[in-house]
Formats: sequence, C-alpha cells, structure tokens
Amino acid sequence: MGNVASMVEAAEEPAAHSSSAARAPVSPWRLARTFALVGLCAFGGVMPWVYRAVVEKEKWLDEREFAEVWSVCMILPGATSTNVAATLGYRLGGLRGATGATVGLLTPPFVIVLIMAVLYKQYGALPAVHGAVRGVTAVAAGLVFATALKLAKSQPRKWVVAIFAVTACVAISIFHWPLMGVVGALVPISLIMEWRAVR
Amino acid sequence: MTLLQLSWHFFIVSLVAFGAATSVTPDIHRALVENAHVMTEEQFTGLFAMSQAAPGTNVMFVTVLGWQVAGLAGALTTTLSFLGPTSLIALSVERFGTRYRNAKWHISIRRSLAPVTVGLLLSTGYLLQRNAISPAGIGLAIAATCVLTWSKLTPLWLTAIGAALGAAGYV
Repeated sequence: MGNVASMVEAAEEPAAHSSSAARAPVSPWRLARTFALVGLCAFGGVMPWVYRAVVEKEKWLDEREFAEVWSVCMILPGATSTNVAATLGYRLGGLRGATGATVGLLTPPFVIVLIMAVLYKQYGALPAVHGAVRGVTAVAAGLVFATALKLAKSQPRKWVVAIFAVTACVAISIFHWPLMGVVGALVPISLIMEWRAVR
Repeated sequence: MTLLQLSWHFFIVSLVAFGAATSVTPDIHRALVENAHVMTEEQFTGLFAMSQAAPGTNVMFVTVLGWQVAGLAGALTTTLSFLGPTSLIALSVERFGTRYRNAKWHISIRRSLAPVTVGLLLSTGYLLQRNAISPAGIGLAIAATCVLTWSKLTPLWLTAIGAALGAAGYV
C-alpha cells in the first residue's frame, strides 16, 4: 500500500486496455458508506485509504485505473480527495453515485472538526489546551512541509522545482504578493518550460 | 464579512488549489485575518492545526475557518463554496472528458503545476510556524517534517506526541 504514490507516477505508462468496460453500477448508498468509512478512518492522507477501499476491498477498479483517476484529479482545482470521490462515484454509480460518494467522504470529518472547534472555543483558554494546540500546530506545519517535500521528490527535474518553489514562497511569504497573481504568473512559465522539455 | 463575501472568496481561491488544498492557505489567511479581521492569528493557526489532526481529508480546514466566522452557516458556506464548484468541474471532466486514456497531457500538466504547489505549501508551513518563537516548537516542526517525509509513520502518533509535549508546557 505504501507504493501508491509511486503508482500514480506509474500511470505515465499508457494503459494497454480499457478496464472500464461494462460493469455493474454500484448503489449510491454503498458508495456513501464506503467513502464515509474512509472519511472517518483516514489519517495522514486519504489516498491509501481510498485505494484500500475501492481497489483492494471492493475491487471496483484496478490499480492502473485508480492511479489514472488520482493523477487527473490532482491537477484539477479543489481538494484531490473530493474530486476523486466525485469522479469515481460518477463512474460507478452516475450522478447519484457521485453525490453519495462525495457527501459520504465529507460528512464524518465535517461533524468531527466542528465538535473539535466547539471544544477548542470552550477550553482553548486553559493553559494545557493552549499548549497542546501549540504542539499540534508544530506537527501540522511539519505535515505541510512534508507534503511539499514528498511532492518535490516525486518530480523528475528537481532544480526546476526548487527555483519555482522558492520564487513562489518568497513572493508570498516575504513580499506578501497576492497568491492568485503569483500562481497566475508562475504556472504559465512552468507550462512552457515543461512543454519545451518534453518536445 | 457577509456569508456572500465568505462564499465568493472560498470559491475563487478553490480554483487555484492544485495538487493540495492546503496550498492556498496563505490567501485565506490574508482575507480572514489581515483584511477582514474576523479572527486572530492564533485562532487561525489553532483551527487550521486542529483540522489537520482530525481524520478524513485535510481540506476540512475550510470548514472550521468558516465556523469561526459565522458558526454552522459559515462552516456550510465555506465547505460548499470551496468543494461544490470544484467537484462539479471534476464531474464534468469525467462526464465530458475523453477518458484521458493513452493521453499524456495530465502528466505534463501535473509536472508543471507541482513546482508552484510546492512553493505554496512552503508558504503555508511558514505561516503556521512564523509566530512560534520557542525553539522546542521549531524543533518539533523540523522533526515532524523529517519523519513524515522519510518514513511511513502516520501523522496521528506525532500529533499525539505534539499535543502531549504542548500540554506539558514544553512547546
């Protein structure tokens, strides 16, 4: 399961056959239940949990198809996990399936984070809670940095990643330039460079 | 800040969230803390950190930030505005796209977006840590970064350790 990330990279090999031929539709409720369980259990990245549920347990699709879906959903805007739920839900169960999967994925964490937020508001002033949140914040920062480093590690041309990443980070964090402008300026340049590199 | 303004901001920012939803956090911070002053720096980072410690997708930070602004209505507003339209985009790609089989365009686009996403994530991490002046907090963040980058350990254990160290007054 640990090599799912490398599997997404492996989606670069074109599929030899279409594995999404005829398949029995999955009911919206079943999709909702499956994704709700993922939403409830997934710690530290949803991908391995979705993989385990839909590929290993339910066998709704194979590894390659999963990797392709994930790879495309990563470049679409929004949250990758929600995009994957919508895409897989639609592929397996139509519009109702997409709704079931997405709502299922989001409902348990929605309720849990709100309960946590209410408790934080109630007890946040207590020194122990205040301190605990500071500790959790440091780990959360580490989690975000680790996500950045893992994404950087998966890229073929590391120096390109370094230049763009440092430029974006300095522009936003040091110069306080608007994020939209920074993304709007850097993404086209990056696209041109990639296009020239693969040509 | 009205619900409409809240909704509009989360909708717009969701459109540039590529690869990782948390990458657009600096822009949300700018809107909520620096411009609209609807929450303090500490509330922002505390709520963000808590949402990352919760199970499920890491995008739930939009939910708790919305809750802080306008209660349950705010939570629903930010969640639906950030995830609704983008889910519909994903759905449209699945419905009307050419099934992207044997196509390599998505790999090229992903490789183009990734370097920028890495930079945005670095900004997000910096935002969370810039007010942590204690060496222990910085040490904990560095340790968590290394462990989570180079091992398969789930963040749950580190979060528990971080909470325990913090509660004991070490961070």
